[in-house]
Amino acid sequence: MNRIAIEFIKVSKKFPASKQYAVKDISASIEEGSFTTILGTSGSGKTTFLKMINRIHELSSGEILFFGENIKKLPVEKHRQKIGYVIQQVGLFPHMTVEENIATVPNILKWNKKDINLRVDSLLDLMKISSKDYKKRYPRQLSGGQQQRVGIARAMAADPEIMLMDEPFGALDAITRLNLQEEILKIQKKLNKTIIFVTHDVNEAFKLGDKVIIMDKGSVQQFDTPRNILFHPANEFVKQLVSSEDILQKLKFVRASDVMIPFGMSERDGDIRVNENVDLKTLLTYFLMGDVDYLIVEKANHEVVGMVTLKELKIQEVNSGG
Amino acid sequence: MVKYLLKNYDSMLTLMLTHIQIVMISIAISLLIATALSILILRSKILSMIVLSTLGVIYSIPSLALFAILIPILGLGKGTAIFVLVIYNQYILVRNISAAFRSIDPSIIEAGIGMGFNSFELFSKIQLPLALPIILGGVRIASVTTISIATIASVINAGGLGVILFDGLRMNYLPKILWGTIMSAGLALTANKILVYLEKLASFKASGQCKV
Repeated sequence: MNRIAIEFIKVSKKFPASKQYAVKDISASIEEGSFTTILGTSGSGKTTFLKMINRIHELSSGEILFFGENIKKLPVEKHRQKIGYVIQQVGLFPHMTVEENIATVPNILKWNKKDINLRVDSLLDLMKISSKDYKKRYPRQLSGGQQQRVGIARAMAADPEIMLMDEPFGALDAITRLNLQEEILKIQKKLNKTIIFVTHDVNEAFKLGDKVIIMDKGSVQQFDTPRNILFHPANEFVKQLVSSEDILQKLKFVRASDVMIPFGMSERDGDIRVNENVDLKTLLTYFLMGDVDYLIVEKANHEVVGMVTLKELKIQEVNSGG
Repeated sequence: MVKYLLKNYDSMLTLMLTHIQIVMISIAISLLIATALSILILRSKILSMIVLSTLGVIYSIPSLALFAILIPILGLGKGTAIFVLVIYNQYILVRNISAAFRSIDPSIIEAGIGMGFNSFELFSKIQLPLALPIILGGVRIASVTTISIATIASVINAGGLGVILFDGLRMNYLPKILWGTIMSAGLALTANKILVYLEKLASFKASGQCKV
């Protein structure tokens, strides 16, 4: 069990100009090292949820704990310096070079020049931007995708304990978005950063999140793994939301070991073996491309544990089995 | 014309320097007050409306009349002149400075706050450099206006180029009238030129087109 990075205890938020609560009575815990996505429509309270964590919005009641300590305990600037913050509009400082932008928080924290330089280079490298060519450039000379890469690098500069991302890829074209999704996933796994990521894109939420928080009308509708949300929606709202997802999407969240049946035959030449953790969408491609009736499921140590036929891929089977 | 110059160049220079001094002091004080006022009114729409319309009303009072009203209260001299000039500048500068800060993309401010800048750092490192081009535009207009109104300030004994100009008018002596006009217009044009250049530099810097 990991430490709890962020804990919401009965948190509510009401904006002065509004009659309704933006966020109402939320309790939730986010584990250290997890990638949590917050999914909801506009007005669902998802952005308010996120922005209360770094106190861009101050909560009205309840409390939020940051690694066990109330976020109000530290001076607000100190608190924010520990948190990486990425927004949709990027918000790079147009009068500063890429290098100066990334060095923002290290400069506030008064790191020495050499450390800052090294850090900038390694972050640009991580975000796949050539440090030599781009360090001295200004934001206006970068494409939208490159700008957001720099935005992410800037947010990670002082190695924050958690990263808050507010629809960071929302303004990018589809291809750039896919690339950046892959990269942020890789980076998250590699550095084991705690990321909280707001999106209104169901696909993005399920693709990136280890866990997904589904929000509507200011409260959490379901907070679970993508798989459990897809196959055991907590209520009508969630059901509606995920039913728009196509079946192939759902197959991605089920593993071979979840649906396999015992393998009673003897293995023949040309049989295909798959790992038990492979998802069903991948299995389906085997059936579609090759002349096979069944696939043999094995563990990492090649021990055969079962088999899957086309019948097991049917979604109702998955539903009952999942 | 030239004869007048050769005979009086030292007193003309002194008056020119007094004029520049009055203008510079007025602009400096105006900027301090206007910046503070702008920051204040950025917080509230209603306050902004009240302050700007009040300043607008004051701006519409003819300068000669304003000088006349203030003489019984503040007396004659430079001090009164500077006071009036500062008041006139507020309308131009407050409008410009508050517009300059409003023109900054809110996402840039949000990013700055989110990264943990305190309000002073945010102001000095982000808001001011980005607002500077528009602010300098306001300073330019204010300077040119101040240079011209400052000539009128000579009627309340503040000195400056107005002394030459109004002496000439009173005596109906053409060289004085011309020199007074040429010098104050030249001063305004020079100030305008310099500030246009600074404005350009600031705007290049703010949009990331050069290092300054």
